[in-house]
Amino acid sequence: MKDDEKTIDEMLNPAGAENEFLTEEYYCQALPKSVQPVANKIVRKFYNWAQANSLWILAFGTGCGSIELPPLFTARYDISRFGLFPRPTPRQSGVFIISGYLSVKTLKRVIRSYEQMQNPKFVLALGSCTVNGGMYFDSYNTINRLDYYLPVDVYIAGCMPRPEALIAGFNKLKQLIKEGKAEGANKYAENFEWYKANQKKIIKNWDMPEYNW
Amino acid sequence: MKDILTRLDSRFVIERKDETRSNLVFITVKKPVAIEVITYLRDYEGFRHLVLISAVDYIERNVFQLTYLLHNYQLHVDIGVRVEIDRQHPQMDSIHHLWAAAGVYQRELHEMFGIDFPGSPHVAEPMILEGWDNIPPMRKEFDTKKYAEETYFPREGRFKQDPREVMEIKLYPVDTEVKYGIKQVVRKRRGH
Ligand code: SF4
Repeated sequence: MKDDEKTIDEMLNPAGAENEFLTEEYYCQALPKSVQPVANKIVRKFYNWAQANSLWILAFGTGCGSIELPPLFTARYDISRFGLFPRPTPRQSGVFIISGYLSVKTLKRVIRSYEQMQNPKFVLALGSCTVNGGMYFDSYNTINRLDYYLPVDVYIAGCMPRPEALIAGFNKLKQLIKEGKAEGANKYAENFEWYKANQKKIIKNWDMPEYNW
Repeated sequence: MKDILTRLDSRFVIERKDETRSNLVFITVKKPVAIEVITYLRDYEGFRHLVLISAVDYIERNVFQLTYLLHNYQLHVDIGVRVEIDRQHPQMDSIHHLWAAAGVYQRELHEMFGIDFPGSPHVAEPMILEGWDNIPPMRKEFDTKKYAEETYFPREGRFKQDPREVMEIKLYPVDTEVKYGIKQVVRKRRGH
């Protein structure tokens, strides 16, 4: 069989169109815009309250911390008590838990997933690796500070934080949302160039559009 | 194990044998016969399982030492075949025709040490270091800490603590106060 001899890459890009993928046709080129909160105070409060009580988590695990998430979702800690629920795709979810160290390769996927999420979206950074690099502070391939690449709403310190700490972090996040202070997505849109410059500094083979959503 | 080694000795020039345990021996061979030895061990001595290929950078001797660890399922013994290759022209024959899985190890060694394995599938493609443009990071001359500090925006305020001193102060508060003086001990307890 001739098809069997082809590598996966060749099957995906039949005409040898490697890397020159059709950016314009597949992706929208629009850049993110910051969304201003509703002017009416009562309506705004209601919106924030509703948002705070339906946080959908993206099931994306990086680093050691992703092992803390299964007990969180299952019977023992049962996070659905708090209105949180894991979702499989970025399009459906509103909370991104960065659960530990990020290598450059993962960071690229994280950025793509983050940008694909719908707008009220929040980032929860877990573990000391996201704060200052943790025990991987001198590694050649893991980032030190997550807030240079993505806007972080809540940090949960520890190595590794237990599920209780995560629940405390979620409560903090809810409180911030109710107060209207969890404006990470807007921060990202407003300082878009700065974030992109930092991301491009370390992701050397940048082969995706500026903002992919 | 003894028999295997005698048979090996009668066929190949084994430069060195290090018997670590009764079921684990490391043999050092020259680069040209290495693939032969590995093939012989696989096909005639029953070392059917390639456990790993690893590399060590001996910068002071100007060599890379490759270790092919093989396992025998019948006898439950391991043999490590060590080969030293020149650091200036790091090139080794590929063994992906013996074990397809070796291709992955070789790809990794190419990425981390810059050792070339001509003919190995996808050997030059990056595995985890996408778009890496520096010298391969596992080489000894690569300064990991410096690179990380220059690249990844380190956060201020890290400090080191010597675990011995910390425990000493914790366990023998009076003695340490006499030894170091109160001021320093108090400062150390605060963690600076
Ligand atoms: S903070 Fe600790 S547990 Fe978490 S990813 Fe880093 S090393 Fe692993």
